[in-house]
Amino acid sequence: MMKAVPRRLRDYAPLGFPAAMLLCFFVVPFGIMIAISFYHRVQGGFYEPAFETANYERFLTAFFGGVLGFSLLLSGLVAAIAVTLAFPFTWLLVRQRRAVQVVWLVFLLSVLSLSEVIIGFAWSTLLSKTAGITNLLVALGVMDQAVSLSPSFGAVLVGMVYQAFPYTVLVLYPALSRLDPTLVEAARTLGASPLRAFFNVIVPGLRNTIVATLIMVFVFALGSYLLPQLLGRPQQWTLSVLITDQAIYQSNMPFASAMAVFLVLVSLGLVGLSLLAGRRENAQ
Amino acid sequence: MSRIATRLAFGCFGLFLAAPLAVVAGVSINEKKSLSFPPEGFSLAWFGEIFSNGEWFAALLSSLGVAVSASVLSVLVALPIAWFLWRWHAPFARIVQVLGLAPFILPPVITALGFLAFWSELGLYGQPWTVVISHGIFFVTLPLVTLTLGFDAIDATLVEAAATMGADDRAVLRTIVFPLIRPYMISGLAFAFVLSLNEYIVAYMVVGFTVETLPIKIFNALRYGYTPTMAAVTVLFVFIAALVFGLIARFGDLPRLLGAWSPRDE
Repeated sequence: MMKAVPRRLRDYAPLGFPAAMLLCFFVVPFGIMIAISFYHRVQGGFYEPAFETANYERFLTAFFGGVLGFSLLLSGLVAAIAVTLAFPFTWLLVRQRRAVQVVWLVFLLSVLSLSEVIIGFAWSTLLSKTAGITNLLVALGVMDQAVSLSPSFGAVLVGMVYQAFPYTVLVLYPALSRLDPTLVEAARTLGASPLRAFFNVIVPGLRNTIVATLIMVFVFALGSYLLPQLLGRPQQWTLSVLITDQAIYQSNMPFASAMAVFLVLVSLGLVGLSLLAGRRENAQ
Repeated sequence: MSRIATRLAFGCFGLFLAAPLAVVAGVSINEKKSLSFPPEGFSLAWFGEIFSNGEWFAALLSSLGVAVSASVLSVLVALPIAWFLWRWHAPFARIVQVLGLAPFILPPVITALGFLAFWSELGLYGQPWTVVISHGIFFVTLPLVTLTLGFDAIDATLVEAAATMGADDRAVLRTIVFPLIRPYMISGLAFAFVLSLNEYIVAYMVVGFTVETLPIKIFNALRYGYTPTMAAVTVLFVFIAALVFGLIARFGDLPRLLGAWSPRDE
């Protein structure tokens, strides 16, 4: 079907409501946030219009550098583990019967939609002393006494991988389900084992998809806000936690906004990179 | 890979995903108020507590109210965008589409802080209805994606046939387009509903001190220690999500919605 170009102003009318809503409630709040990031903070939780870069200069402190470094490291680790687990899983999944796929997809979506509060609570229960997994190990005779495994860095990592895993599968799912099945068949006919076909044909063929997915999951993990609080100690708090802490508890909106603007720039840069990686693959 | 190895792999992944939920389900039927697993005794009292305890029930009602109104709002915003992009060739209308996709791609704390700044500047901070608009905008992405897929799936010859027979835009919309995209609209609505029900940070930043949604209530309760009611709420939420997505799968084409090509397309 050839689409026509709108000629009259009236043709644009249906776009009026959504455009106004997004402008008013997304673009304007965003703009206000950027403006506040340059404002001057007044003691007592208020701020006044100004143009100063003091909020951004605080980025140069060692404390902020530590939190930023930790956030990036944690997100990178989560992305690497989630993709390493999810890629073979998705590859197995797309080769199942349709009915099996649907059941798994419903399960994955259900986990993905769960609140961070609920995931954090569920994992803290599983890692707790009284109801946790160590009780099972004691019953099996592997351990002498049940212990609490949270809060700890490992607990934060496991919780975030759990949260990111269904997301990663759903990001990989379209690319893997559209992969030409004859590629694997050809490799198998030529004598490659299934594992070799996987590592020598599938993985290199989807290199750019994997890179794009890594970045997407990285940005997703950067947004994790409650899990570091529920499963970790204060030294495991991330940039997202720090932003909320400054905004709500320290009442320092200018500094919180400056950090948020910084996070936007990092995220947008990464999303742009992942789009580039994805586009290159489609062009091939 | 042999069939047994595949089964084993699926079993491991299933165990990883189900383990924390299974423990919470076990804890929720404990007879005593303690956090212990395997459960001691059997009781559904904590599920009853969600409905009989005034605070938990109020949180359930406000969560449902926000999720229903916000998901309807997000569909109302997404539908005209998806229709317009399908009907007309207007490259700069893509800007509106990108705006609709943006809140979901950025870390949620950014959108949350933007709303906090916005509602405070207007002097409306803490008004209960502001969370409906905030969630409605935050989740526009979901119906926008499903509706765009729905419009792409419409057979162009149907529309051409209708136009040849003299149907105008309005008639085409009512008799052909709307019935065909309805399943996609319902899926988008359902996605937004479930996610709004579970959303924490935007709700917390916008109305955290005036309205208690269920996730906020669980988090606040966690600070003062454990109560079995939160385990019961968790089981309820898993059940709602599985029910909603199960219904989408039953009445729609879930693999297609999630980006797979079904054999019919080829």
